[in-house]
Amino acid sequence: MRAYKPKDDVQKKAYYTDRFYVSPQVPKFSVEDDEVFAHDLEAIKAKVEVLDAYIQVGQMVVFIKPEDNYKVLELLRDRCEYTQLSEMSAIDWLAKSGGFEIFYQMLSMNKRKRLRIKMFINKGEAVNSVEKLFRSADWSEREMFDMFGIEANGHPFMKRILMPYDWQGHPLLKTYPLQGDEFAAWYEVDKIYGKEARDIIGPELRDTAKVDRYDSERFARLGHEVPKGTKITGNEPKNEQNYQEEGGVFMIKKFDKKDSVVIDDPQR
Amino acid sequence: MQVKNRLSPFFENITFDREDNEMILNFGPQHPSAHGQLRLMLHLQQEMIVKAHPDIGYLHRGMEKMAENMIYNEFMPTTDRMDYIASSSNNYGFALAVERLIGLEVPRRAKVIRMMLLEINRIMSHLFWLATTALDIGAMTVFLFAFREREYLMDIIEGYCGARLTHAAIRIGGVPLDIQESFITQLRTFLDKLPANIKDYEDLLDTNRIWLMRMEEVGTISKEMALSWGCSGPMLRASGVAWDIRKEEPYELYDEVEFRVPYSDKGDNFARYRMYMEEMRESAKILYQTIDMYEKTVKEGQTELMAHAPKYVSAPKLDIMTQNYSLMQHFVLVTQGMRPPVGEVYVATESPKGELGFFINSQGGPYPYRLKLRAPSFWHTGILTDLLPGHYIPDVVSIIGTTNIVFGEVDR
Repeated sequence: MRAYKPKDDVQKKAYYTDRFYVSPQVPKFSVEDDEVFAHDLEAIKAKVEVLDAYIQVGQMVVFIKPEDNYKVLELLRDRCEYTQLSEMSAIDWLAKSGGFEIFYQMLSMNKRKRLRIKMFINKGEAVNSVEKLFRSADWSEREMFDMFGIEANGHPFMKRILMPYDWQGHPLLKTYPLQGDEFAAWYEVDKIYGKEARDIIGPELRDTAKVDRYDSERFARLGHEVPKGTKITGNEPKNEQNYQEEGGVFMIKKFDKKDSVVIDDPQR
Repeated sequence: MQVKNRLSPFFENITFDREDNEMILNFGPQHPSAHGQLRLMLHLQQEMIVKAHPDIGYLHRGMEKMAENMIYNEFMPTTDRMDYIASSSNNYGFALAVERLIGLEVPRRAKVIRMMLLEINRIMSHLFWLATTALDIGAMTVFLFAFREREYLMDIIEGYCGARLTHAAIRIGGVPLDIQESFITQLRTFLDKLPANIKDYEDLLDTNRIWLMRMEEVGTISKEMALSWGCSGPMLRASGVAWDIRKEEPYELYDEVEFRVPYSDKGDNFARYRMYMEEMRESAKILYQTIDMYEKTVKEGQTELMAHAPKYVSAPKLDIMTQNYSLMQHFVLVTQGMRPPVGEVYVATESPKGELGFFINSQGGPYPYRLKLRAPSFWHTGILTDLLPGHYIPDVVSIIGTTNIVFGEVDR
């Protein structure tokens, strides 16, 4: 019987995990431990509802409701001196809880502090764009849309950024296979040569290092390689691999290794 | 038989009805001065750009996706391919993020070696920047000079790890090797000559009429714009924000070395050029101090290069070869990979280009659940949207030059 493979998360899985293994946790600390963060959290709490907040690895993490993201980031920028949005993206939790977690990584240069605003959205929901507050969100939100399919309301140019405009599927979803899906295999063939050339060219192999171990014809024929499609008889001549070091380079006539000097000084 | 090619130009089927003399210029993605696969769609009025639309993704390899399917140590060589001009700094950013996640303390000697590698990489990257930008502007001599000096540094790095561009010279938990015997002498020779070399470049450029015309008052980024666009590194410091992560949030031993953080409030191309030159000098200063620190660790007999954490880091080779338990641990770590604790971390380091951040979400498995690479060049490319309008076509080349974008990093 074939082993069961979940379809909602096709990422690589650990092939062995001890039954009694309990993962340790990165410690979380109370926000009260840090004066600056406690003050910032007070400011956020005065404006919107905070679902959870803690400090992890020296940075505060605040969970808010998705509809409040614009308000919170505006507050952080204008009142709390968090002047830069260093990074934002999403985490795919579709398999576990049916949605995405979105994080905004903020930086305050005056306070020398970093904090992370996090929120959870359900599948198919859009977020409010924060592009008007931070121009860096322009490209980040496009990337998030490209990779996860999460749209940002009010974004001026909600198009793909890394993948081609006519691509189908969102590569960073856990349901998207690492080697690409059916669409990816035919994308370039269809686009450049047309659908009718599919039979001649075949699907694109996106894993160049892949060795097909069931290919009994071509696998491990090192030194006896034949062009693709050639019928293999088993009497292929050996492909001689000549290295120029062995017999010398044919163009160089007067080179003698004994007379040559190796320069050690790098500042020659 | 030749198969008919169906690719047609993007704008072929569009008719232009408006009579506004606006021309669309397609710049790249194979333009020699685009520093990689950058495609710019420039809307022009006469020679002036009225709208710029950078198009990226031509080097997208899906590193974040790859990371989700790799054990942590496997991902290290992949980080080399981000900013391939200074690859040790990417290795380091990733190693530091994982170390913070699992709470590892790296031995002092490894820290010193890491700092040496990071600063060598910084000088290498800045020399490369100077060479290519000068070449774009037309200064061939500077290009040859800077590449010559960069070659010496690549020789030193090659002696250390065997590679010139993709170093993979740093491991999670330390460094794999001690520096070679000739490392310090070679480095000292290089550093002693560097001030004179930088002086040479400056003599050629600082008062050069063409250079000044192409650099001064061109591509001015205001402080607000730089902050809003998430600029970092020299791009931010040239716009009047003295923010250097090495100084403000020190990692490794950067709090023990003395160096200045140069900044300028001009924000134009010339300010950025000055920034790179000054930073090379500061890096040289740091390197002199790390040489002393290294010699001190040798004197004090601190020979450890990898952290001692059997759950996460393999034991030294001698232990693996002689002790059964170390061998078992090593086997498990290589075949299954380490399992960091459940948690999240965002760690930013100052790479030569700016703030290089690694966001890791670990669910306790041997593969990261989510890894986000925060590459500085991504936003330094994005800012071209707002920066280019109002400039002329030749300025595009000098502005792209001074933003110092590397497409391995932009597209990841």
